[in-house]
Amino acid sequence: MRKQIGMGAAVLATASLLAACSSDPEPAETASTEPTASTSEAPAIDASGQTLTIWTDAEREGAIQTVADTFQEETGATVEIVQKNFEDLRNDFIAQVPTGEGPDITVGAHDWAGALVEAGVVNTVDLGETADDFEQVAVDAFTYDGQLYGLPYATEAIALIQNADLVGDTAPTTWDEMISMAEEAGFEDRPFLLYTNGTTGDGYSSYPVQTSFGAPVFVQDESGSYTTEVGMGGEAGQAYAQFLYDNGQAGTGYFSDTIDYDTSNQLFADGEVPFLLQGPWMPFFDDDSMNIVVSPMVSAGGEDAAPFVGVQGFYVSSQSENTLLANQFLTNYMATEDAQRALYEADPRLPALTSLAEEFSADPITAGFVASAAQGVPMPSIPEMGNVWDLWNAAEIQIITGATDDPTGTWDAMVAELEASIG
Amino acid sequence: MANDDAIAVKEPRAPRESHARRWSGLGWGFIAKLLMMALVNALGLTIILSAWNAEAWSILAVSVILLVAADIIYFAKRTLPLKYLYPGLIFLAIFQLFTLAYTGYVAFTNYGTGHAGSQEQAVEATLIQNERRVEGTPTVPLAIVRDGDTLGFAVTQDGIVSVGTEEDVLEPVSGAVVDDSGRATEVPGWEIVTQNDLFADQALQQDVIDLRVPVSDDAEEGSMRTRDGSSGAIYQSSLEWDDEAQTFTDKETGTVYVADQETGNFVADDGSRLPTGWSVTVGFDNFVKAVTDQNLAGPLLKVTLWTFAFAILTVLTSFGLGLLFALIYNDDRIRGRKWMRTIFILPYAFPAFMSALLWRGMLNREFGIINDWFFFGADINWLGDPWLAKFAILWVNLWLSYPYWFLVCTGALQALPSETMEASRMDGAGRWRQFRSITLPLLMVSTAPLAISSFAFNFNNFTIIYMLTEGGPPFPGTSGLGSTDILISAIYNISGVSGGSADYGLASALSIIVFIVVGIISAIAFRQTRKLEEI
Repeated sequence: MRKQIGMGAAVLATASLLAACSSDPEPAETASTEPTASTSEAPAIDASGQTLTIWTDAEREGAIQTVADTFQEETGATVEIVQKNFEDLRNDFIAQVPTGEGPDITVGAHDWAGALVEAGVVNTVDLGETADDFEQVAVDAFTYDGQLYGLPYATEAIALIQNADLVGDTAPTTWDEMISMAEEAGFEDRPFLLYTNGTTGDGYSSYPVQTSFGAPVFVQDESGSYTTEVGMGGEAGQAYAQFLYDNGQAGTGYFSDTIDYDTSNQLFADGEVPFLLQGPWMPFFDDDSMNIVVSPMVSAGGEDAAPFVGVQGFYVSSQSENTLLANQFLTNYMATEDAQRALYEADPRLPALTSLAEEFSADPITAGFVASAAQGVPMPSIPEMGNVWDLWNAAEIQIITGATDDPTGTWDAMVAELEASIG
Repeated sequence: MANDDAIAVKEPRAPRESHARRWSGLGWGFIAKLLMMALVNALGLTIILSAWNAEAWSILAVSVILLVAADIIYFAKRTLPLKYLYPGLIFLAIFQLFTLAYTGYVAFTNYGTGHAGSQEQAVEATLIQNERRVEGTPTVPLAIVRDGDTLGFAVTQDGIVSVGTEEDVLEPVSGAVVDDSGRATEVPGWEIVTQNDLFADQALQQDVIDLRVPVSDDAEEGSMRTRDGSSGAIYQSSLEWDDEAQTFTDKETGTVYVADQETGNFVADDGSRLPTGWSVTVGFDNFVKAVTDQNLAGPLLKVTLWTFAFAILTVLTSFGLGLLFALIYNDDRIRGRKWMRTIFILPYAFPAFMSALLWRGMLNREFGIINDWFFFGADINWLGDPWLAKFAILWVNLWLSYPYWFLVCTGALQALPSETMEASRMDGAGRWRQFRSITLPLLMVSTAPLAISSFAFNFNNFTIIYMLTEGGPPFPGTSGLGSTDILISAIYNISGVSGGSADYGLASALSIIVFIVVGIISAIAFRQTRKLEEI
C-alpha cells in the first residue's frame, strides 16, 4: 500500500511534465510512465509542520512508534505519541476531545464504541475494500449502528486451556468428555476452573458455557448488530441457570466463588487443575516448561460455545483538526501487513488481519485461540450492555454459591429486572 | 530571673524598623530576592506565553494578574503580611478553591458519557454518525481541484473524469489526464491541488474534509466526499440539521428531533432521542436524583449509613486497641519494650494497599489461610457475605490503623505530667480511677483532634474498600453498588471512571454532599474538643 502511494506520487510528478492534450472528451488519457522510475522511496505526501497526536498504552507504544517513524520519515509530519494507562484511555478520550485537548487517534477496545458515539467524540472510518482483508468479527465489532468507527488490529477471546501433562493432548469436545478426562487423571474434586473474579461473578468468562445453551445476552439481527432484545430469558437461560447450580456449591462443586485471577493462575500453573477457561493473557503461557493445549470451549448445552470476542483498534477523534492525515495514517500505514505485524510482535494478541491470523496460526496455542474466536461473537458495544454486568454477575454468583435454592427463579428475576432497566 | 535581667537594661532600644522596609543598599538578601523574583517572572511569562499560544484566555488573564500581583507585593514596601501569605494563598486558590468551585459547577450539570461536549459538537457528531456510505458504490480515485477559491473534486470512474464542486453536480470533463492509479493529474480549467500542497495546509484540509460534491441533481443520490484526500466515495446523510429551528429531520421517516435545552438531547415527539447529547445545567436534578431515584436512593442510603458506621467504628476500635497497647507497653516493668514497640508499628509501615491485597488473599473462602489455620478449614465466606465482609473491612482496617494510635498514645502518655499522677496517688486514687479521671482526659486533649481527622480520613478511605472488596458483595439491582461501598467508592463507581457509563454530574453532586457532611461533623467535633481543654 505504501509503495503504491510512492508510485502514485512519482507518477504524478512525471505526469505533470507531459503536456498531454486530448480533444476526445472521454475516456481520459492515461499518462504513461516507467514503472521502474517509481520504486524509489520518495515521500508520498508532504505534511511537514502537521502534528498527529496518538494516545496509546505502554504495551503498544513501541509498535506504534515504529509505524509512526516510517510515517514521519515519508511524510515529514510529526507524530506525537502519548502513553496512558489503558483503563484511562476511554474516559480521558471522552473528557478531552470536547475540550479540544484530545488526540487525533487513540487505541481502544471495540466495546467503547457505544459510549464514544453517545459522547459524540468519535469519527467514522471507511476502510473501503480493505475491510475484506480483516476478520469479519473484527470489523463487525467496530461497527455500531451500521457505521464503522474504528480500524481493528487485534482480537481476543477466551478458550479452553488444558494441561496436556495431566490429561493428554487430545482436546475434549463435550462437557462430559472433559469431566471424565479429568476424573480419570484424578481430578474429581476440581476438574475445571471457571473464573468468577472472586465473589463478584464474571459473566464474560462463563459466556461460552451460557451460549452453548443458546442464551445470548442480546439478540443479534441479520446484519450481526445487537438489538436491545434480551436473549437469555426463557427455557435456554433457565437450563443454563440450572447447569450452573448443579455444578455449583450445592451440586458437584466444580464452580465456586473463590476463583480470581491469582488463584486461577496459581492452580493451573501448579497442575492442581487440568482445565481452565481463560484468555491468552494468563502469565503461565510464558512458562515454556508447561505442555499446554488450547481449543474452543466444549459445549455444555449442545450448541457452539461462543465466547465474547474483544477487538482492539484505533479510533479517530471527531474533533481532530487533522482528519485527512489521521485517515492517511490509519488506512495507508496502520492497516498494512507490516504495521499489523509490528503490533503483533510488540503485544501478541490475535491479529485482526486475516492473512496474519493465518500466518500466526502455525503456533498451536495461537491457533487454538483463533479457533475459539472464530466461533465467538463480538462483545456488545451498545450502551445497554452497561446495565447487564452487575445484574448478570450477581445472579451468576448467587446461583453458583447456592445462596438461592431456586436457580431458574433467580435467573428469571434477573432477566426481568434487566428488561425493566433497559425499558 | 529573666525579669531581673530586663530591668537591669537601662536604656530601652529605639523601636527597630521592620527589616522588610529597611533599605541598606544592595545586601545579599536583596540580591537573593531579585534572583528569586527573576525566576518567578520567567516562569510566569512562560505560562503566559504558552497560554497565549494555546489561546487559553482565562488561564492567560489569571496568570497575568497573579504575576503582576506577585511583583507588586514583593517589590512594594507596604505589603509585609502579604509577602508571607501570598504563595500560600495562590496554592489555596488553585488547588482548593478552584477544584471545589469546578466540582460545584459540574454538580449542577448533566456532564457525563452522553453529555460530554457542547451542542455544536453534538450536532457535528450526529451529522458524522448519520452520514452513511451509499451501499454498493465503489471507492474511486479522487483529486482535489481548485479554481481560485472554489474547491472541487475530480473523480475518475470507468476511466472517465468528472469534476464537481459544492454547488455544481459532478459532470464529465474532456481533456483530463490520469495517472496509473486512475487519479486525475490534469483537468482543463482547473488547477490540481497536489497532495503536498494539501497536507501542508491545515485549513485547506478542513475544507476538503467538509466538502460534499453532489453526484446528481437529485439530492437523494448522495454526494461525493473524501476522507484521505486521494480517494472518494458516495455518502448519503439521513439527517438534516436546521440551525434556525434547532432541529434534526430524518429524511426517510420525517421524524423531527428538537434540541431540548432542559435535558441536553435531541428529542422527537414520540420520546425517542438521538444518541449524542450535550452538557447543560440541570439545577438541583442531580441532588434530587440521589435521594429519589428508585435504583439509587435505597443503596445510597445504605452506603451512607455504612460509611458512618465504618468511619466511627474504625476510629473507636483502632484508638481503643492502640491506647491499650500503649498503656501496657508504657509500663517500666516490661522488658524489651523498644523491640516490642517497633514490631507493633510494623503494619503501619507497610503500604496500606499492599496489606489490603494480602488480606484479600488470606480471607479467600477456599484458599485463604485465615479459614485454613484459624477456623479448621471451615467454609467461612469472609468477603462474600454482606455482614462478614463489613466485619472483614473493619478488622483489616483495625490491623492497619491501630499502630498509628499506638504511636500517638505512647507519645501522649510520656508527656503526661508525673506530678499530677503522683498527687492523685497520694490522694488515694486507684489505677482505674487514675486512668479515668486523669490519664484519659489529659490524653484526649492531645488526641481528640487527631481522632477527628482520622474520622474524616476514614470517611473517605477509598484504598481499603477498593483493595479488599471493591465494594462487594453487590446489592441486588442495577445500582452497581455493594454492601461494603462507602460514599467515596460509590462516587467512584457512579463517575464511571472504573468503566460503564459515566455521570460526572451526579458524582460531583455526591462529592459536594460528602464535603458538606465531613465539614459539618469536623466543625462540630472541633468545637467539642475545646471543652476538653478546659479541664
